[in-house]
Order: sequence, then C-alpha cells, then structure tokens
Amino acid sequence: MNALDIITWFVYLLSAVMFVMGLHFMNSPKTARMGNRVSAVGMVIAVAMAFIHLFATGFTSSMAIILLVAGILIGALAGVYSAEKVKMTDMPQLVSIFNTVGGGAAALVALNDILTSEGSPTLVVLITAGLGVVIGSITFTGSLVAAGKLQGIGLVKNLKLPAKAVWNVAFALLTVISLVMLCLNPERRMLWALLTALFALGYGLVFVIPIGGADMPVVISVLNACTGTAVAMNGLAIDNVALIVAGALVGAAGATLSVLMAEAMNRPLLSVLAGGFGGSSSADAQDQGAQGTMRETTPDDVAVQLVYADKVIFVPGFGLAQAQAQRELADLGELLKGRGVEVSYAIHPVAGRMPGHMNVLLAEANVPYEELVDLDEINPQFPSANVSLVVGANDVTNPAARRPGTAVSGMPILDVDKSQNVVVLKRGRGKGYAGIENELYFNPNTQMLFNDAKASLQAIIAAVKELIA
Amino acid sequence: MNSLVIAITLFILALLIGVEVIGKVPATLHTPLMSGANSIHGIVIVGVVIIAAEAHSPLSYVLIFLAAILGTMNVVGGYVVTDRMLEMFKSSKPDKDAKASKDDEEAGK
Repeated sequence: MNALDIITWFVYLLSAVMFVMGLHFMNSPKTARMGNRVSAVGMVIAVAMAFIHLFATGFTSSMAIILLVAGILIGALAGVYSAEKVKMTDMPQLVSIFNTVGGGAAALVALNDILTSEGSPTLVVLITAGLGVVIGSITFTGSLVAAGKLQGIGLVKNLKLPAKAVWNVAFALLTVISLVMLCLNPERRMLWALLTALFALGYGLVFVIPIGGADMPVVISVLNACTGTAVAMNGLAIDNVALIVAGALVGAAGATLSVLMAEAMNRPLLSVLAGGFGGSSSADAQDQGAQGTMRETTPDDVAVQLVYADKVIFVPGFGLAQAQAQRELADLGELLKGRGVEVSYAIHPVAGRMPGHMNVLLAEANVPYEELVDLDEINPQFPSANVSLVVGANDVTNPAARRPGTAVSGMPILDVDKSQNVVVLKRGRGKGYAGIENELYFNPNTQMLFNDAKASLQAIIAAVKELIA
Repeated sequence: MNSLVIAITLFILALLIGVEVIGKVPATLHTPLMSGANSIHGIVIVGVVIIAAEAHSPLSYVLIFLAAILGTMNVVGGYVVTDRMLEMFKSSKPDKDAKASKDDEEAGK
C-alpha cells in the first residue's frame, strides 16, 4: 500500500463512519434532518476521493471518464427532478424506483468486474461479483414491478402468474445453476454471466408479480436490503471498504424493517414473500359471522361529539391518503385543539404503503410529530378517549384479530373498540384487504359515516365551525 | 486471501452496527429512514469510478455509462427526497426549536 492508497482507505472509512452517524441521528425527528445531511456529506467525500484517486493514479481511456462524468450529470439531474416533483402519497413508488436504479447500477458494476477484467477473474471475484449480479438483477426487476403496482399502473397491477410456485422455483434454480457454471467455467464467463443476469432478472419478475399491493411495505424493505447486499458483494469483489460497510448498513436496515413490517402484519416474512394472502385465508374466512346492523350517523352529530369531548383519537389509514384528506384531518385536529380537546393520531405500523408512510403524510399536513403515536403507546389510551375517529382504516381496527380462526387473527390491532365512542368514516360498505367484515362496525358504540373521507371531513369541519361560532 | 478475510469481517461487523442503529429509529421516521438508507447504497457510484479507471472496451464503456446514470440518480434523488420529507417533520413546540438561529427561518414559515 502506498501513501495514496492508505489515505484513500481512511477517507472511505471516514465516509462509512458518517453513514453510521447519519443513521444514528435518525433516532429522533429533531436530529434526523442533520443526520441525512451528515450521510450526504459522507457520500460526497467518498465520491470525491474516488475521483482524486482516479486522476492521481491515471486511467486507461479518456472515453470512459467522459462517459462516467456525463452519466453522473444525467443521473444527478434525473434524481433531483424526480425527488422535487414527487407527491408524498407517491413516496413508496419513488423509493422503489431509486431502489430499481441502485440495484441496476450494482448489477452493472458486478457484470463489469466479471466481463472486462484482464485475464481470468479469480474465484473470489467470480463468486462475490456473481452474487452482486444476481441480487442486483433481482432488485432491478423486482423493484420495478413493485413501483408499477404501487403506482397502480393497470397493466402491472393486473398481471397474474398462474403456477407461481413453479415459475419461482424454476427461475431460482436456473439462476443458481448459471452462477455455479460461471464459477466453474471462467473461460466462458461472457455466456454464463449474461445467463445469470437474465435468469435473475426473470426471477425478480416472478418473485414480485404474485405479491399483493398491501404487502408492499414488506416487499420494498426486502428489496432495499437486497440492493444493500448487492453493493456489499461488489465491495468484496473490488475490495473497497466504503462499499462493504455502506452495503452492509443498508442490508441491515432493510432486513430490520422487513421483520418489523411482517410482524405488524402478523404474517411470517416468508409467507409474505411466498406471495399472496390469497388461498389459505379465503378458505378459513368462513368464520366471519360478523353480522348485525351498522348504525349510521350524520356530520352534525359527529361534530357535537367531537366538540364536547375531552380526548379524541384519530385513526388514519391508507383510505385517508387515497382520498387526499390529510390536510382536512389536520385542520379538524387544529379546530378541536383550539377548543381544548386533547387530540392524538394513532398510527398503525402498516398504515400506508411503506413503513412509516402515514407519518410522512401527516407531517406534510403540518401535524406535529409529538401527536403521532405508535401502536404500543396509544393502545392503553383508547379506554379514556371519548371519541375515536377512524378514517380509512379497516383491518388494523378489527377486534376479530384477538381471537383465533380468522384471517386477521393475531395481527396487532389498534384497540379502537375500547374507546367510549367510535366514529368510522368509510367510503362504502366494502371489506378490507383481508376480505372479512370488520366486527368493529357492528359494535353498539360505533357509528358509521359513509362517504368519501375528504367530503365527510369537510362536512364535519363545517359543522364544528358552526357549533363553535 | 488475507484481504478477503478482513473484508468479510468488516461486512459482518457493519451488519451488526446497522441492526443496532436501525433498531433505535422510531416508527415515525421509518419512511425517511428507508429512503435515506436507500441513498446510501448509491455508494456503488464509487465502484463505478474505480472500474472506470481500467475500462478500455466498448462493453465496459456502455456498462459504466449506464451504471453512472443509475447510481447517481439513486444517490442524489434519495438524499434530496429524504431532506424534503424530514423538513416537514415539525414539533408542536416551535419556540424551543427556534432557539437555534438556523431554525428561525423555518419557524417563520
């Protein structure tokens, strides 16, 4: 190692430390923004060092460098443009797209390591870069399909995969076989590397296509972990500390969030990934004897209950985001707080389409983060709430989850039914994602207000204003 | 061989640090966390710069050009959008936060 290599190593180490610190600062909303910036500065330092090293040690072809810089400029413009334009409700799609391109980049770098090295690559490079190609390619197509599903692109959303298990096993096997062949026959690496990439791309498709839209929080997390791992594999192949550490950090982040999400949905991670709430649950959904009458109410009546309450808990679900009614809910909260009512928001971990999505949507509507309360913290508070206002949330409030034998059994739920009064704003009488009736709706202390969430909230706000005036 | 052993050690230790650090992030921030972590894996751009030094065939030119576009989009877009999200997270006690002069401007709007 010469002096430059040693300096380079420590600069990469510095940026790796900054990534860790950046993630550490994410442990509080107060410091999170600074954390993100620390992490970004770490990134700038790492890339700058790579360029310094490049120009100090020289390069083979100016063409490659021109293309490199041109690519970076184009990518930066595309990144800023999409990041500035995106609506907060569309955040899961954008994160998926960024994951797509990240996985693609990792696969391309790994492919380059295998295909264009002088002479035959070592077995270590073949294995690590080969894994980089596999994982990066899976993420590329997988995240692309996930983004398409989240965006609600009809073509992608309605894709069906008959005999999904057969396809999955077939593509997984083909990918593994190609990878093994690549390692055994480095002299024919062009063929086997491209086949490996091709089959892995195919596997990404058949892996995500059968997974339902509401399972996306888990899928996005898993794919994020995959990209991180692919990058770390690249780091092993080219022996670079920054790539190894950063990749491992992202892999750990993705894996941790995947497990958290799967737990919050009460489903083993593997069963989510195996695809589909489908078969088994619809069979045992026979138990759903939740019958009775739903009690309907009016906006004026809801307004009276809210204004004269001491404590109100809002329970927002993805229906709120679909109706784009976050701001109305926040406005109603402000009005009530002005009257001295204690208002908090109960946030279920899977409210939204990616981990923590609902928090971002409400933050955008200027709800202070102290009022956004996690499941574990809010549940003991429901009995003391005069009114719980459920807006566009369904399965996560179903008391049926507490007893065995239903499609939602064991799922951690918000104990909305324990509050003194429950008002549910709901578009129609349809069922939730789990495909079963919500027993909450038939409780004697529950009232239903059927309409679009935005329209309902506007009507309630108008009624509240009239009452106060 | 020796460097591979060290590299794998680094990988495992970094995984453990990752799990430890991520576990402390509150659910409120899981979306920015994910998009922030997402931009971190754009570090692959460093790998692109490194392989560009030895590139000499048309195939690698194409690979490098595409990887540079994708990787940079990942990094830059990821950080910008994460910053956009975190900017929105505000406390209900603006007075306390406003004590730092750099926050004054934000508290104003």
